[in-house]
Amino acid sequence: MIVAERKPIDEIIGFVKNCKKILLVGCNECVTVCYAGGKKEVGVLASALKMAFMKEGKELEVEEVTLERQCDHEYLEEIRNIIDQYEAVISLACGVGVQFLAEKYLTTPVFPGLNTSFMGVTEESGVWSERCQGCGQCILGQTAGICPISRCAKRLLNGPCGGSTDGKCEINKELDCAWQLIIDRLKELGRLEDYEKLIPIKDWSTERAGGPRKIVREDLKS
Amino acid sequence: MNTKTPSRLEKILAAGHLAVTSECGPPRGSNGDAITKKAEMIKDYVDAINITDNQTSVTRLCSLASVIHLKLMGLEPVLQMVTRDRNRIALQSDILGAASFGINNILCLSGDHQSFGDNPQGQNVFDIDSIQLIQTVRLMRDEGKFLGGDDIDQPPKMFVGAAANPFADPFEIRVPRLAKKIAAGVEFIQTQCIYNLEKFELWMKQVRDRGLHEKVYILAGVTPFKSAGMAKYMKNRVPGMDVPDEVVKRMSDVPKEKQPEEGINICVESIQRLKEVEGVRGFHVMAIEWEEKVPEIVERSGLYPRPKIE
Amino acid sequence: MMVAFQKGADGVYVVGCLEGECHFLTGNLRAKKKVEYAKKLLDEIGVGGERLAMYNIAASDGPRFAEVAREMHEKIKAQGPNPIKGATLNKKAA
Ligand code: SF4
Repeated sequence: MIVAERKPIDEIIGFVKNCKKILLVGCNECVTVCYAGGKKEVGVLASALKMAFMKEGKELEVEEVTLERQCDHEYLEEIRNIIDQYEAVISLACGVGVQFLAEKYLTTPVFPGLNTSFMGVTEESGVWSERCQGCGQCILGQTAGICPISRCAKRLLNGPCGGSTDGKCEINKELDCAWQLIIDRLKELGRLEDYEKLIPIKDWSTERAGGPRKIVREDLKS
Repeated sequence: MNTKTPSRLEKILAAGHLAVTSECGPPRGSNGDAITKKAEMIKDYVDAINITDNQTSVTRLCSLASVIHLKLMGLEPVLQMVTRDRNRIALQSDILGAASFGINNILCLSGDHQSFGDNPQGQNVFDIDSIQLIQTVRLMRDEGKFLGGDDIDQPPKMFVGAAANPFADPFEIRVPRLAKKIAAGVEFIQTQCIYNLEKFELWMKQVRDRGLHEKVYILAGVTPFKSAGMAKYMKNRVPGMDVPDEVVKRMSDVPKEKQPEEGINICVESIQRLKEVEGVRGFHVMAIEWEEKVPEIVERSGLYPRPKIE
Repeated sequence: MMVAFQKGADGVYVVGCLEGECHFLTGNLRAKKKVEYAKKLLDEIGVGGERLAMYNIAASDGPRFAEVAREMHEKIKAQGPNPIKGATLNKKAA
């Protein structure tokens, strides 16, 4: 899923400080699962904003709505009839949702309520960590199912570097060294000799480096 | 062994001499004399001088300009190049630039992560890794090709080196990792600073068991401690460094004013012991901001005078 | 919790059962962390996290309950009224 966290309240207040009536839009997908932008978080943020305004002797009217998704036209259409009543929208979706909403409703200012962090997993309740950077050319088949691009601080394809210590990365003792994980897993698979296969220089043109990416499936296009 | 490049370092190694290299860190400013001064102190005691490339990710005068300073003094530089800061276009371009000044040695590294340096907010590049940089230089030199496939008009003639850390984890792949670098085309290795001699000897034994010592020249890395404090710092704070307790104790057991001398003693004794290890083909003496001690270390280790080879 | 403050409450205390003795096993522990989170948020918006507290009291312990109520009352009095009320009242007066 896409993992995000709420922006500092002050920053959010800064976006709407001159507004009287705003719309808070949550998203039922990833950001609900990581407790950043679901229905509940929309409610908490609405309360917090109202209180912050009241404290200043001002009033803020906040309407709350949480859509099934903000990355599909279909669900974003649900607010078409009401959006004009608001001076601004704060979207608690990931950056994808915020943008899609903004693209659709050109005349209403749209602000992000979250910082979108990464694509990752729920390691345990309340702990999320990164697993994929969407390089567009998956190499997990060569790296024992562990991604050095997203999990090695230097995204070394032929690691580990000389800084790996006790299974931890040189940049942070809390962080597993991706290459230690790869080697451990190769050992479990009885394929440690695969370690010596050189991984060739990567074609990064399918990654961010190649410019914004797009996939077109003719069979599905209308 | 035949030599493949005009590198003097390669010739010395191929002739069977124990080679001695050292390194200088460029200044944090534009004063080129800082490099030439350091080089002046050590030039008669070493065969080649490495110039570090923004080591520990702290911004400094660039290694490319620094090696040119050395070359203009008539010395034999080793250009250190990390893949942290430059993409493949810049790397290949700098290799050509160095070659145009007759720089014939390169050390291929990935580089410390930028979080250690003065710009932790910076982006990193890591377009390729150190092993792929070895492949890149070999491709440019041996096939006269750019990574993109085009021909190079006058290919760079570089003797290709890399670092090896026999002490980093996981230990079981430290030798396979060397094998991987050899497969990529590395020709000489400068190791991480060696303080744990037993562990190094064990690594060398495994290297010999696979016959790797015959495929690459291994220069053993040594760094003298200036003080007990430095020994402790290296032990506890530098990732991938293995400093045994006895060594730290030996440093702290002598009074403070005697510690520099003890540090040199340990270094000289290490070199003498490592000379006996089969497969060690030379030494890389890294006297960090203590270059003036290199002559003493080299002399006392019986590595002076240096062979004259043209 | 947040709504209570928004409606103008000067203080809120959440009472849970004793740690380790919750009928719902860890409900009280989770509640405690939620309270911590809300306190931080109240601090951030300037209402004051001090106004919110969590107490663990055994279901049968009447005297302790009374004691806690007094303690909380003192704390909240020290804090003064919820700044939200003050601000809205001022506005009305003006
Ligand atoms: S310690 Fe491991 S994870 Fe960290 S940069 Fe080095 S190889 Fe990558």
